[in-house]
Amino acid sequence: MSATEPLALGLVTILVMAATNYLMRAGGFWLMAHVPLTVRVRRMLAALPGSIVAATVLPIVAKSGPAAFVALAATAAVMVVARNEFLAVVAGVLAAALMRSAGI
Amino acid sequence: MAADPDSRPPHWSLAGLVAGARLAAPIMPGMVAFGTTFGTVAAQKGLTLTEATLMSLLMFAGASQFVAVEMWTDSLTLAGVATIGLVTATVNMRFILMTAALRPWLGGLPAWQSYPALFVVTDPGWLVAMRYRSAGGADASILVGGGIVLWMIWVASTVPGYLLGALLTDPKRLGLDLVLPCFFMVMLVPMWRGIRRAIPWVIAGAIALVVAELVPGWWFIIAGAIAGSIIGGLLDERD
Repeated sequence: MSATEPLALGLVTILVMAATNYLMRAGGFWLMAHVPLTVRVRRMLAALPGSIVAATVLPIVAKSGPAAFVALAATAAVMVVARNEFLAVVAGVLAAALMRSAGI
Repeated sequence: MAADPDSRPPHWSLAGLVAGARLAAPIMPGMVAFGTTFGTVAAQKGLTLTEATLMSLLMFAGASQFVAVEMWTDSLTLAGVATIGLVTATVNMRFILMTAALRPWLGGLPAWQSYPALFVVTDPGWLVAMRYRSAGGADASILVGGGIVLWMIWVASTVPGYLLGALLTDPKRLGLDLVLPCFFMVMLVPMWRGIRRAIPWVIAGAIALVVAELVPGWWFIIAGAIAGSIIGGLLDERD
């Protein structure tokens, strides 16, 4: 196959990625039909959401520096006090923008 | 304590679709910002508008779309296509873990209903639905209602982002690169059930930090999440 068909290959790439994503989405659900749902497995699944959040956020903060840390601290503070998701995200993003405009 | 949510059979309702969309409302502004940014980056990397829109429509997974666009070149080869596919898989391997957690809830539905519903699973939509579930809810329409609205917003915001490509030249300066982490933090606060239940999170974060240092790519999410989950399974409940 020559490389002179960028459009077709671009489309193929997108279809490959879309299929991959759906397999991931269906895969976990399918897998758990074949694993007995013992108390232990349920506990493992219950610990998952928070674990995914922590595992995603911490390395990003470590890489993005103090602005990210302040942004997340502001988000958490507003969330604890106001319990408003939108306000909390806005506070976090604003804090980061302010820090960066100050050159930190 | 509420009754064990796992004992409730899943069901569907029109009201649940609306309620799901409403629960997802706080995510929408972030989704618009994220989707617009994706459109902008795609435009700058030389994708056509059709390609960018198709990606949002068919993939519906922000992180992997950004990574794919980063790897995009004008002269894609078959090997390049395979590589991009593989990277997509590692970035989104967390979906396996996420939909695994949906099994106790949606497992009672017939397959022709549950499997199509899984297409709309995204990080924020899933977190919102899991929160509803942990409060004792069993209506699967919450997940799907929120998911469909977020999907439409995601696709719709890609287009103006692409067209206005030049306006958002530096999303980092506006702090937009931190929308996703901030959103995750928002979801973590209501999940707080005391320090004991947070032990898996701490382990997950620590392992992820180490793996992120040592291994290139996105494996840190998988490694951290699995570690946290194992710890969660080993800890015995005291309440």
